[in-house]
Order: sequence, then structure tokens, then C-alpha cells
Amino acid sequence: MSEDKSVKMNFEVIGEDFDRAGEASAKIKRMLQHIGIPAEIIRRIAIGTYEAEINVIIHAGGGEVEAEIFPEYTKVIISDHGPGIPDINLALQEGYSTAPDYVRQMGFGAGMGLPNMVNCSDKFDIQSTVGEGTTITMEFKHNS
Amino acid sequence: MKVSELITTLELEVLVPTADLNVDVFGGYASDLLSNVMGQAEPKMVWITMQGHQNIVAIASLIGLAAIIVTADTKVEADTLAKADLNNVAILASKKSTYEICGKLYELGIGRV
Repeated sequence: MSEDKSVKMNFEVIGEDFDRAGEASAKIKRMLQHIGIPAEIIRRIAIGTYEAEINVIIHAGGGEVEAEIFPEYTKVIISDHGPGIPDINLALQEGYSTAPDYVRQMGFGAGMGLPNMVNCSDKFDIQSTVGEGTTITMEFKHNS
Repeated sequence: MKVSELITTLELEVLVPTADLNVDVFGGYASDLLSNVMGQAEPKMVWITMQGHQNIVAIASLIGLAAIIVTADTKVEADTLAKADLNNVAILASKKSTYEICGKLYELGIGRV
């Protein structure tokens, strides 16, 4: 890849479709492997993207994942038109979750998704408006 | 220690015959909370869980785990096995509890650095 070029990938995430959860993350992972990004960096990108996918599936009724792979870093943007998050600081607290019981029985909804995204990314941003939706942007350096 | 050796020693049932069992295991992690596994488990670990639905395959595959051991005679869904077959994820089953399996893995030296 030359300095000014990037690889862009887009995926649709379908709400409440747990069977396909992780497909976007898996495809991004394969592309990163193909490009030759270090395995440890790929693992962090896969974790962050998977957690975001799961949140969209649980809470938002669907959304989009956009990944852009630059020579120096990968940017992943996950956006939805779901209900939005009234208190982002509360949502970022480990253990806080509004997931319904059936989701928790599957082992999701333990309030660890957003903290995992923060921990595995080099840059994390969340924008949310109640009634409009949520957008999460994560950046992962390839040499960290 | 390789996954294949764990199968013999712990008398595990192989649920995905196509998966590669000739891989080394480095450490283990036990949890039924998927995000906890996502955040804490590391590549080449064996994951001990009572979850049998197909999302366990995505987790194992994304992290690069050596194998999943599903404990306590938990039913593993057919969709899970089909997905594991497709993604080369080894799923092993035991009637023993998570506690017992972890204890035995530890006795074998897995998890001790």
C-alpha cells in the first residue's frame, strides 16, 4: 500500500441477528491478515469491532460497520440509528448494561463491551443522541 | 501440550472432526461471559465454557483460541458445529463441570507460566 491509499470495507449489521454476529469482524480480520498487519494488532481490531457489532445487534436494531485500513493505522466506524445512549459515562462503566435477559443468558450484556472497545483501541470516540443513534469511531495503530 | 493430547488425557469428545487438533495449547480461560473472554483470553488458549450457541465460534476464531471445551454435558447446537467446521474451530465436550476440567488442566501444567 502506498502512503495515500487505503482499503475501505463496508458491512451491514442486522439487528437481533446473533447468528451472523462477528461476520464483519471476521472479514476485516481476513483482509488485515492478507495485507500483513501484525497478529496482535489484528486481534485488537477484531475484538473492538466484534464488541461494537454485538452492541448494534443487541440494542440498535441494526447498523453499519465501515473499516478503512491505512498504511499506519486502521479506522473502524460503527454507526446505527438506534435509540441512542442517554448517559454515555454510565454506559462506559464496566458492569453497566441495559441488555435484556435473553441476551444475558447467551453470555452477552455483562457491561464489558464498551470498556473492551476503549481498552483495545488507540483512539476511541463515541457520539450518541437519544432518538437518533450512536456512532463509535476506533483507531488502531499498526505499530503499537 | 497439544489439543489432541488433552482429548486423550481428559477423555473429551471431539465434536468437530474436521478441526485441526494438532495445535499447541498455551494457557486456558474459563468464563461464560463472552465479552469477558473477548477481553481477557489470549491466542492459543483453551476456553472452558457452558455456552453452546454459535457465537462461541466467532469468539474462538477472532481471538485465535486453540480449542473450546464445553462442559457439564451442555448441548452444543448443530448450527454451532456447522460454523465451527467452516471456521476450523475445535470444539470438545465433557460431562465434567467447568471446575473439574480447569482443575485437571491445571494439574497437567496448563495455565502455569
